[in-house]
Amino acid sequence: MSHVIDVHDLNFSFGSGALTQPVLKNVTISIQKGEIVLMTGPSGSGKTTFLTIIGGLRQAYHGSVRVLEQELINSSEQVKVSIRQQIGYIFQQHNLLKSLTAQQNVSMALEMQNSMTEQQRLDHAAEMLRAVGLGARLNYKPDQLSAGQCQRVSIARALVGQPKIVLADEPTASLDKQSGHEAVTILERLAKESKTTILLVTHDYRILDMADRIVELEDGVIKEK
Amino acid sequence: MNLVAWIYFPARLAWRQLIFDRTKLIAATCGVLFACVLVFMQQGFRDALYASAASAPVKLNGDLFLMHKQSEAMWRPVRFKRSELMRALGHPAVAEVYPLYLGLAPFKNIETRSKRTLMVYGFDPDSLIFGIEEIKNKRTALRLKDTVLFDEYSRPEFGPMRQLLEAGRNVTEVNDYKITVIGFFRLGVSFAADGNIVTSDLNFMRIFPDRTRNDIDLGVIKLYAGASIKQVQTELISQLNEFVNIFTYDELLQNEKNYWANMAPIGFIFGFGTVMGLVVGLVIVYQILFTDITNHRHEFATLKAMGYEHGYFIRVVFASAFFLAILGFIPGYLFSLGLYHLAESQIFMPMPMTFTKAVTVFLFILSMCMTAGFLAIHKLKAANPADMF
Ligand SMILES: Nc1ncnc2c1ncn2[C@@H]1O[C@H](COP(=O)(O)OP(=O)(O)OP(=O)(O)O)[C@@H](O)[C@H]1O
Ligand SMILES: [Mg+2]
Repeated sequence: MSHVIDVHDLNFSFGSGALTQPVLKNVTISIQKGEIVLMTGPSGSGKTTFLTIIGGLRQAYHGSVRVLEQELINSSEQVKVSIRQQIGYIFQQHNLLKSLTAQQNVSMALEMQNSMTEQQRLDHAAEMLRAVGLGARLNYKPDQLSAGQCQRVSIARALVGQPKIVLADEPTASLDKQSGHEAVTILERLAKESKTTILLVTHDYRILDMADRIVELEDGVIKEK
Repeated sequence: MNLVAWIYFPARLAWRQLIFDRTKLIAATCGVLFACVLVFMQQGFRDALYASAASAPVKLNGDLFLMHKQSEAMWRPVRFKRSELMRALGHPAVAEVYPLYLGLAPFKNIETRSKRTLMVYGFDPDSLIFGIEEIKNKRTALRLKDTVLFDEYSRPEFGPMRQLLEAGRNVTEVNDYKITVIGFFRLGVSFAADGNIVTSDLNFMRIFPDRTRNDIDLGVIKLYAGASIKQVQTELISQLNEFVNIFTYDELLQNEKNYWANMAPIGFIFGFGTVMGLVVGLVIVYQILFTDITNHRHEFATLKAMGYEHGYFIRVVFASAFFLAILGFIPGYLFSLGLYHLAESQIFMPMPMTFTKAVTVFLFILSMCMTAGFLAIHKLKAANPADMF
């Protein structure tokens, strides 16, 4: 079985010298293609830190982190950029570009794909927005959309490039119960269709049923549930 | 990646972010506009200065010009002997030589009786060394005792000469010497003199009793048709005394301009004004770009997390700087055009808006904005994708 994410003995700490604060301790986890893994754990346990390392946003130095066959420990900026391009992110806040419409925001994720024409990018973006139920809101800017709608746009943005992995950090935290559930259901449906691997951090117990697997991170140590 | 996409996408993002916040865009544009107008005015005044400094030599009709080496400019000449000019006649290619006498003197306003200094040009009226029709036409009348022609482009402080003349009031004093104004010509004021009159060499000596015909300020040399000006110039340089300069027409103009640009502090003042305008603009644009990056750092970090490279954002910043340059320049240009017209009609300075000047100022403004962009990009480091989750 191919592992899209393969982490061995990952150690990570913030600060240096006497102020060194270990955050991740000997973390080992493998995630297969198409798996939906939910990660829970108390606040400050290192979940966000773990996601930023997997996503090539933060540099780690000890252990082994293989994502899509690329080693991220002591990696170059180029490797990190290429990993970032192959991963879809969903942030706690929607982090959409204020000055762009929903459609333009989504097609920003395709701008680095040179093989596409601009029209194809916009078409793909529109299609993706229809899939998250926002077909009628293509030309709305973020401040004309509700928080739930914005989060759905950012789901569309994360998925439009057909990434092999989607990383999400508490995507429902800023949403009310119903729109949070809606957003995650959409994410689950679309990911299942395209066999996308999902690693999602959440405190939200109502969405645990979508997971293939649930892991808990406590004090930098990972436990399968 | 092709070059068009390389610059087009970041430029498009920069543009979309600029037009999103209209109020800030207008404020930014005003900053650039301000710098633009400042620079245009400084450049305009400076060029007007050079142009007017050269207004008298521009109308001079000659092939070579003799000037004392110590003469810094035509308005403050060091005199030399007329015999020196006569020696040039020994050269076979020289057809005629004519002396020009120059002097600053107070001119009495006929109406208010107040005095103001203007430039007096004295020369043989038959010599036609001034290529101005009105002077040529009046050359017989200028031969009469105590007659002068008055420059219509002189500053209005000398009095409404045309109305006065029509009313028959044509007698006034120059250097406390009574003369009669018999007509007009058009030359233009300069920073050295607010007005001009021309008169015959004999009348000039009467106006300035301490001057003699043997001490001249400028010598005008005309060559036979077909003679090589450059060659005659070189030959004359070896034949004449060392204390004279022999200029071609273009060199004479350049000499006048150089005086104002380099010798007189005034050239420096306008240069300084230009630099100050650009510095103020630089600070404003830098401030705008800097806050813009600060405000957009989350968006930039998000894009970085999506795999955008650092260079992309540098191009976004430079594209914003470029758009600000264009957006500020266009209204700045139009506004300055209006001010130029105002200056021409109010202070009688030649302030043409030339294509070269527009391009020069645009390049100034563009480099100003680009420098501001260059200084602002260090703020991009604040956009750290690790902080996005
Ligand atoms: N940039 C940083 N510099 C130093 N320490 C940091 C930094 N970011 C996080 N930490 C520390 O690392 C530890 C883990 O933080 P992290 O954000 O990964 O926790 P988390 O599990 O995501 O918590 P939460 O559920 O509240 O989001 C915390 O103790 C935090 O104080
Ligand atoms: Mg967190």
